[in-house]
Amino acid sequence: MTLSTATETATGSPVRLSGLRRTYGAVTALDGLDLEIAPGELVSLLGPSGCGKTTALRIVAGLEHADSGAVLVDGKEITRVPANKRGMSMVFQSYSLFPNLTAGENVAFGLRLRGVSPAARRKRAAELLELVALDNHANRYAHELSGGQQQRVALARALAIEPRVLLLDEPLSALDAKVRVQLRDEIRGLQRRLGITTLCVTHDQEEALSMSDRVAVMNAGRLEQCASPDVVYTRPATAFVAAFVGAMNRVEGAVGPAGDVVEIAGQRLRLARPIGNTPGALVTALIRPESVRLTPAVDGTAKVLRSSFRGPVTRVTVLLGDGTELDSDLPSSAAVDLRPGELAEVGFVDEPVMTV
Amino acid sequence: MSLVADPVRVASGPRRRHRRGGRVLGWAVLLVAALYFLVPVAASVEFSLRGKGDTHDLSTWSALFEQPGFAENMPTSLELAVGTVLITLLLMVPTTAWVHLRLPRLRRLVESICVLPLVIPAVVLANGVLVAFKGFPNWITGTPVILALEYVVLALPFTFRTLDSGLAAIPLTTLVEAARNLGASWPHVLLRVVVPNLRTAILNAAILSAAMVLGEFTIANLLLLNTLPVWTVQAGQQDAQVATAASMLILLVSWALLMLMSVFGQRGARRTRRSR
Ligand SMILES: Nc1ncnc2c1ncn2[C@@H]1O[C@H](COP(=O)(O)OP(=O)(O)OP(=O)(O)O)[C@@H](O)[C@H]1O
Ligand SMILES: [Mg+2]
Repeated sequence: MTLSTATETATGSPVRLSGLRRTYGAVTALDGLDLEIAPGELVSLLGPSGCGKTTALRIVAGLEHADSGAVLVDGKEITRVPANKRGMSMVFQSYSLFPNLTAGENVAFGLRLRGVSPAARRKRAAELLELVALDNHANRYAHELSGGQQQRVALARALAIEPRVLLLDEPLSALDAKVRVQLRDEIRGLQRRLGITTLCVTHDQEEALSMSDRVAVMNAGRLEQCASPDVVYTRPATAFVAAFVGAMNRVEGAVGPAGDVVEIAGQRLRLARPIGNTPGALVTALIRPESVRLTPAVDGTAKVLRSSFRGPVTRVTVLLGDGTELDSDLPSSAAVDLRPGELAEVGFVDEPVMTV
Repeated sequence: MSLVADPVRVASGPRRRHRRGGRVLGWAVLLVAALYFLVPVAASVEFSLRGKGDTHDLSTWSALFEQPGFAENMPTSLELAVGTVLITLLLMVPTTAWVHLRLPRLRRLVESICVLPLVIPAVVLANGVLVAFKGFPNWITGTPVILALEYVVLALPFTFRTLDSGLAAIPLTTLVEAARNLGASWPHVLLRVVVPNLRTAILNAAILSAAMVLGEFTIANLLLLNTLPVWTVQAGQQDAQVATAASMLILLVSWALLMLMSVFGQRGARRTRRSR
C-alpha cells in the first residue's frame, strides 16, 4: 500500500465540545455535553438509542446547530462555520455514494470542489481506492458494489480531502457481522496510520471497546464517562456506565458492619465506594457474569437453572438460596458439568463491586 | 419514473404461467385503447394526405410550410416551449428540492397548490393573469412572454409531481449532507448532486411541459396571442386539410418528445437503480 501522500499531509486536530445543548421541542437531545479529543485520537460515542450521539456528531459536522455551547477545532471556535467550510468529513450510516458517479469519481468529488486538476484527482482517487483495497473497482457505480464496498468507497471519499477530523456515524451498522468486524479493523488501522482525529458513533459496545482509544459513554444527552475501553469496562465511573457496558448481574445484598463490604451468596465482597455507617442496609450490587465462578458441588448452595452455549464461553444461570438469579460466564470446557438441575458452589473474583 | 412499462421488472420464473391469463387481458385492453386513439389519428393522417381525386400525396404537407402565418407561429410556439421549460425548471427544481430537504411537512400543501391549475378553468386563469399583470410593461403583457408565465403555472401540476417522485426515489438528505460535508456550496449541491441525480425526472418534466405548450389553444386564444395551435384553428376555417396536417405535426412533435422521454427514462433508471 502506498500511504506516502496521505501520511505526509494528514495531521490530526484537537477537538473540544463544550457545553453542547440541543432541544427538539420538548425533547432534550443534548444536555450540556463536554468532550475533548486529542489530536489523532479515535473516540467512540457510545450510549443507548436516543441519547444524542448522532446529534452531537452532526453538530460537530455543522449539519445541525446547537442551541448553546461550542465546538472548538485547533482551539478555534467553529460554531458559525458552515458545514462545507469545516474541512471535516463524515461517513454516514446509510449508503451515501453519489449514484450518478463511479467509485473513483465519488472519491474525487471533494478534490474537484477544491479545484484539484483532473489528473491529480484521478491519481489521488486511485491511491485512496487502493488504500481501501478497491483499486480495481474505480469505474463501478454504487449499485454495482456490495454494501461493504460502498462503505469502503465512502471512507476513501472521506479521507481524500485530508480532513482535519473524521466523523463516523455508525458506518458499519448496515453490514453483516463478518464484514463489520473486518471493516472495523481496517478503519482503525487506517485511522492510526494516518493519524486523523476521529469521532465515531456506535451503539455496538464490542465495536466501541475494540476500536477506540477512548470510549465516551453518553446517557440522556450528557457524558457519563470518557476513558480507555478497559477503564470503562473494569472501572466504570457511574452505575449507568457499569450497567450499560457489558452484561451485569444486579444482586441485592446487605452492607457489612464497616460499610465497606456487601454480603452476597454468603460471601463478603469489597465495595468500590464504601457506603459509610449504614450496616445492614440493602444495596444492589453490580457483578459481571465473568466475575462469578461456579464449581459443581453435591452440597452446593446454588442450583443451575439453564445454560446457554456461546462458543468459547457458556452462560450459566443459577438460582441462589434466597431466590435471586445469577449469571455466570464460564469457559465452555468448565461448564459441561453444570447441567440444569445440578448444584454448584458460587465464588467471586476478588475485585471491588459497584452498587446502584 | 417513466411512462412505459419497465422491461427489467417483467415477472420471471414461477410467476410466469400465472400471469398468462392476465397478460391476454392486458393486451386486449391495450389494443382497445390503442384503437381508440389511433383510429382518429389515422383518419386525420389519411385526410391530410388526400390529393386531387382519389389519390394520396404530400401536397398538403409541403404546402403547410408555405401557408401564410405558419412560418411566424411555428417559431413562436417553439420559443414558448423552450421559455416555459426553462422558467419552470429554474423555479421548480430548487423549490421542490428545498421542500423535500427542509420543509417536508409543507410537501402536501405545496402539492395541493401546484395542482390547482388542474381545477381552475382556463378562462379564469387567463382573466386572472390579465388582472394580475395590469400595469406591467407591454413587452410582458402584449407579447408571448405573458403566455410563457401562464404556461409555467399550467405546467406546475405535472412538474411538481414528476420532480417530487424523482426526489422521493433518491436518498436526497444523505446525498446533500455528504456533498456539503465534502465542501460543496449550495449552488454546487444543486448542480452537482441534485440535478444529475434528478436527470430523468427533470427531462420528463421538461418534455411534458414542452408538449403541453405546443398543444395549448384556449389561453393563447383568450389572450389574443398567436401561437401554432391558434393559427391551426384559424387556418382550419379556410382549409380543413391544412389544419389537420398542422395538428398532426404538433402531435408528431409531442410524440417524438414523449418517445425521447421514455428512452431517457429507461437509461436513467438503469443507471440510478440502487443495489438495495
Ligand atoms: N430532527 C429531529 N427532530 C426531532 N427530534 C429529533 C431530531 N433529531 C433527533 N431528535 C431526538 O433527539 C434525541 C437524540 O437523537 P439522536 O439521533 O442524537 O440519538 P442517537 O443517540 O443517535 O440514537 P440512535 O442510537 O438510535 O441513533 C432523540 O430523542 C430523537 O428523537
Ligand atoms: Mg444515531
